[in-house]
Amino acid sequence: MTRDEIIAGLADILEEVAGVNPDDVAEEKSFTEDLDVDSLSMVEVVVAAEEKFGVKIPDDEVQNLKTVGDAVSYIEKAGS
Amino acid sequence: MPGLFAGKRLLVTGVLTDQSIAFSVARIAQEQGATVVLTGFGRLSLVERIAKRLPAQAPVIELDVTSPEHLAALADRVRGYVDGLDGVVHAIANAPQSCLGGQFLDAPWEDVSKALHVSTYSYQALAVACLPLLGPGSGIVGLTFDATRAWPVYDWMGVAKAGLESANRYLASYLGQKGIRVNLVSAGPLRTMAARSIPGFTEFEDAWPTKAPLGWNLTDQDPAAKACLMLLSDWFPATTGEIVHVDGGYHALG
Repeated sequence: MTRDEIIAGLADILEEVAGVNPDDVAEEKSFTEDLDVDSLSMVEVVVAAEEKFGVKIPDDEVQNLKTVGDAVSYIEKAGS
Repeated sequence: MPGLFAGKRLLVTGVLTDQSIAFSVARIAQEQGATVVLTGFGRLSLVERIAKRLPAQAPVIELDVTSPEHLAALADRVRGYVDGLDGVVHAIANAPQSCLGGQFLDAPWEDVSKALHVSTYSYQALAVACLPLLGPGSGIVGLTFDATRAWPVYDWMGVAKAGLESANRYLASYLGQKGIRVNLVSAGPLRTMAARSIPGFTEFEDAWPTKAPLGWNLTDQDPAAKACLMLLSDWFPATTGEIVHVDGGYHALG
């Protein structure tokens, strides 16, 4: 899966879970500061991403995923 | 050998993520043969996603314990899935941020009252709402955090838990004549969403694993979950109004 495909998948999840406009989703965007994803929504984004991409994202790792790009890199690495 | 909960029907509140103590309760109950119905609050879509991670997907009923309408409708909604209940798990607590994290002296009553409503009064409210479904031999179990002393940062949640422990005794007193047992599990600190939302929670995390006689795993919810299930099982038929510590033995030390 390419980075662009992962971003598109994350954008779908962010729209469904947190009402984020898919056009706003880009690598450099921060989940909390730029996209206004609250902590509980972020938990659901992670759960949905685990299912969509078939990866496990441990709780201790979630706090390191500040931006969309961080999440893409983690999913890329975990899925390979 | 049939499971400890073969044929038993449980209502489990408080599942939010797969780190929730209630999630472990639901999972182990199903492994032991139980039929489980969940209630969820707030992000119901999250609870429904998590419910799919159980060995058998469990139905989720929306329940805000501060809503008289939700409470009044609960028994009928549960009957949509099971014809009665053998056990109810109360895993519900919440407090506004002002009530936790070292602001004990500043917390306004408006916030404290919310904490007590959700974390203390809800125990009685849930028990009463489920009463039409509960018969002799059934049980109710809740979760506390040792309220016999003042902890750092736990503040008004500690007061709420002290009230919960008292309510446990009163519920045992009032429901004993119906043959319903009411007990609490006093668990050590666990890294759940609830714990993560307590500012300064790491103060507990540092001491517990090294000081508890048996040690303590901050990320293993199963010991507390198993104790909840044992108290609901047929193996504690004459126990009510009790608080069982599942804390590695921490409470026994001075």
